[in-house]
Amino acid sequence: MSFRSILVTFGSIFLAFAAGAGFILFSGINPLFAYGSLFKGAFWGIDNLSETIVKLCPLLLAGLAVAFPLKCRMFNIGAEGQLYLGALVSTWLGLSLQLPHLPFVLLLTAGGFLAGGIWGAIPGWLKARYGVSEIINTIMMNYIAIFLVTYIVRGPLQEARKVFPQTDPIAKVAELNLLVSGTRLHIGILIGLFCAVIVYVIFWKTPLGFQIRTVGENPEAAWYAGINISRQTVFSMFMGGGFAGLAGMVEITGIHHRLLAGFSPGYGYSAIAVALLGKAHPLGIILTALFFGGLRQGAGSMQRLAQVPVTVVYLLEGLVILFILSGEYFLESRKEGLKTEGG
Amino acid sequence: MRDITKRFPGVLANDRVVLQVNSGEIHALLGENGAGKTTLMNILYGIHQPDEGQIHVFGRNVKIRYPRDAIRYGIGMVHQHFMLVDRLTVVENAILGTKSPRWPLLDLQKAREEVRNLSAEYHFNIDLDAKICEISVGMQQRVEIIKTLFRQVRLLILDEPTSVLTPQETEELITILKKLAARGLSIVFISHKLEEVMSLCDRVTVLRNGRVVATVSATEANKASLARMMVGRDVLFRTMRSTHTGGKVLLNVEKVTATNNRGLQALKNASFQIHEGEIFGIAGVDGNGQVELAEVIAGLRRPTGGTIRVRDVDATDLGGPQTREPGVGYIPEDRQKRGLVLRFPIWENLILKSSTSPAFTYRGVYFKFYEIRASSETMIRKFDIRGPGLEFPAMNYSGGNQQKIVLAREFQLKPLLLIAAQPTRGLDIGATEFVRRQLVEFAEEGNGVLLVSTDLEEILSLSQRFAVMYEGEVVGTVENNGSIDLGEIGLMMAGSKRLYDGNRHM
Repeated sequence: MSFRSILVTFGSIFLAFAAGAGFILFSGINPLFAYGSLFKGAFWGIDNLSETIVKLCPLLLAGLAVAFPLKCRMFNIGAEGQLYLGALVSTWLGLSLQLPHLPFVLLLTAGGFLAGGIWGAIPGWLKARYGVSEIINTIMMNYIAIFLVTYIVRGPLQEARKVFPQTDPIAKVAELNLLVSGTRLHIGILIGLFCAVIVYVIFWKTPLGFQIRTVGENPEAAWYAGINISRQTVFSMFMGGGFAGLAGMVEITGIHHRLLAGFSPGYGYSAIAVALLGKAHPLGIILTALFFGGLRQGAGSMQRLAQVPVTVVYLLEGLVILFILSGEYFLESRKEGLKTEGG
Repeated sequence: MRDITKRFPGVLANDRVVLQVNSGEIHALLGENGAGKTTLMNILYGIHQPDEGQIHVFGRNVKIRYPRDAIRYGIGMVHQHFMLVDRLTVVENAILGTKSPRWPLLDLQKAREEVRNLSAEYHFNIDLDAKICEISVGMQQRVEIIKTLFRQVRLLILDEPTSVLTPQETEELITILKKLAARGLSIVFISHKLEEVMSLCDRVTVLRNGRVVATVSATEANKASLARMMVGRDVLFRTMRSTHTGGKVLLNVEKVTATNNRGLQALKNASFQIHEGEIFGIAGVDGNGQVELAEVIAGLRRPTGGTIRVRDVDATDLGGPQTREPGVGYIPEDRQKRGLVLRFPIWENLILKSSTSPAFTYRGVYFKFYEIRASSETMIRKFDIRGPGLEFPAMNYSGGNQQKIVLAREFQLKPLLLIAAQPTRGLDIGATEFVRRQLVEFAEEGNGVLLVSTDLEEILSLSQRFAVMYEGEVVGTVENNGSIDLGEIGLMMAGSKRLYDGNRHM
C-alpha cells in the first residue's frame, strides 16, 4: 500500500466529514459540536468504547468475508446472507445440545463457519463451473437466507410463548464470556482479531494464499502457471462465507443469545464498504471496522446531545466510499498513462 | 513535428524529436522497442499530449487534443491492433463515426459506392459485404486503410503494419502503399524490420532512446548502417544453431486435434516429432492454431484426439491444468498477460509455478522465505536480470528483463522440453540475442525446444527443422538446411501450397 493511497483514504474521510458538516450547518447546528459529541459517544469512557468494539466485531468478521474472496477477484455481496445462515445454524445447535462451555462454543464456532462457508461456496462453485455472476447470486442468496430465518423464527424454531418472531434463548453455557463485566463486551473481538491474523498469514505466508492472489491479480497467468483456478475460486468464497457465518455466530452467542428476525442492522452490507476502505488488508479492515463501529455507536449521542439525526452517520459512510472510489479512479487513471508507453 | 518532448514518470519517451514528412512521401520511423516511435505517433494522433514542442500540419501550427482533432486535420492511423467491429460489414466499418449525408438516416448505398470506387482505384480486391470476422487479417488491415481514405486522409500512420502479414500479403501492402503515395498521400511507416523499410520508404528517421539519431534518404542508407543507428553499435545478423545431433525422439505428437476457447476446431491432425538436442520451429501467420498446439503439448488444453508422448510417457491427457510433469516448460507468447503477474514482486513471479514445491515450503503449507530469497538471487545473477530489485513488482522491469524472469522460472524447473512462443517478440536486439543464446544452449544440453514464431527469420536462424501451420494443420515439415525457398514457405503460410513429402512423418 503506497503513501498516496493512504493519503487518498484519509483525504476522503476528511472530505466526507467536511461535506457532512455542510449538511449539519444547513440545519443550524454547529458541526464541531455535533462531531465532538459523535466522537465522545464513540470512544469516551468504558461504556461507549465497549459498545463501539461490540459493533466493530461483526463488521470486522464480515469485512474479512468480503475481503478474502476479493483477493481472488470475487465480489462477495452476500456477507449478510452468510451471516444470517451462520447465526441460524449456531442458534439451532445452541438450542438443541447440552455440552460443557468450551467444546460447546467451539462446536458453535465450527457450525457457524461451515454454514456460512457452504452458503458462500455455492455461488463460488456456480461461478467456477458455469461462469454465473457471483454478484447476482450472492445478492439473491441474501434474500433466501434472510427470509429463511424470518420463516424459521415464526415457524419451526419460534419461542415457546409464540409471541415474538424469535427463538428461545440458547443454552446459557453456549454464550460467549464477557471480557469486561458490566458491559456487553464479549470475547468475539478476540475471535475477530484471530481471524484477521489467520487471513494475513494465509495471504502472505502460504502458497495457498499466494495462489489465490495470483488468480485475483492475473487469472490468465495463473492458468498458464498450472494453478487450479476453479478450486481457488470456490475455496475463497467458502472462507469468505465462513467469516460472515462467524459474524452471525458471535452476534448470537455474544449479544442476542437467541435468533431474531432482522437482528443484523446490515452488517453484511456495510462490510463491503469496510473491505474496500480497508484495501482488503486485515490491518486496514480492523481500522475501518473500528471507524465504522465508532460512527454507529457515536451516532446515538450525537442525536441526543446535538439533535443531529442518526442518519447523518450513514450519509458520512456513503460519502467516504464515494470519495475513496473516485480517488482510486483518479490514481488508477494516472497509472494507466504510464502503461500506454510502447514502442 | 518540432522539438517534441514527452515525459512519462521516470522515462523521457521523446526528447526534442523533430520529424518532417513531405507530401507524397513514405517516411519510415525506425527504432527498437521502447525507442519512442509509438509515443511520437500517439502524440501526433492526439492520444498523448506533448510536454513541449509544436505540431505543424500543412504549414499551420495546430494543437491536437483528441484523435478527432487529428482526423479533422487529415491524419489517419492504423494501429497494430485493429479497431474494427467484428459483426459489421466492410462498408459499415468504413463509415463508422462519419456523418451520413442523409443524417439522421444512413446512406449505405452511397457509402458502398464510394468504398467500391476506393477499393477499385487501389486494387484492394475486397468483398464489401463480408463481415469483418469472416475475412483474413490482411484484408482487415485494408479495411482500416479504407476507413482512413473514406475520411479524406492526407497523412496516414501505420504502426508495425507487417507484423501480422504473410510475406505475400506484405508484398501486396507495399504495392498499395506505393500507389497511395503516388497520388500525393503522405505515409508514416513504423517498423523495426529493415528489409521492408529499405524497399518501401523514401526517407528514414531513426529513433533511439527517445531521440532522433538521424533522418536519411533510403537510397543513401543500407541495412547495416540503419541497424547501427538503431542499436548504437554494430549488429551481427548471425545464426545460432544447436550442434547436438542424432538424439532420440523426445516428443511425439501424433494426429492431435483440439478446439479453441470458442469450441471451434483449431488443430487438425497435427503430427511431428522433436528429438533430443533439437530446436523445432513452428512457422505460420498468427492465429493458425499455434497457440492451441503449444497449450495442448504443455498440458494446459485437452486434445480432442490423437496422442502426445514425451520420451516414452503418454502425456496426452494430463487431467486438467498441469504443466510440470513430465517436464514441459512453457514460455507463453504474451509475457505481460500470461507469463507474469505484473504487480507481484520478482521473487513471487519466480516461484509462480513452484509455490508448493518442497524446496520453497514446509510441507507445501508455509513458505521458506530464506530459501526463496536465496534461490531468487541466484536466478537473478545467472540470468542477468537487471532492475530495481527482488521486492519490486515486475512491471518496473523492462521488456527484456521481464522475459528473463520468465526464462529463469522455466529453466529452473529443469524441463526436458521447452515450448517458446514468440520468445523475442517486442525485445530489443540485445535481449533477443540473450534469449536465443539461452534456447540454443538449452538444446545443446540434449533437451528439446518447440519454437513457435511468426518471425520467419527467427525460425530460420534457430531451428534445425520446422513445420508450417495453416488453419490448424501442419501443411509441411521442412529441413532447415540452407536451401530454403522463401517463396515456397510463404505460399505454405498462406495455405496455397502443401508439402506432402517424406519429411512429414520423419
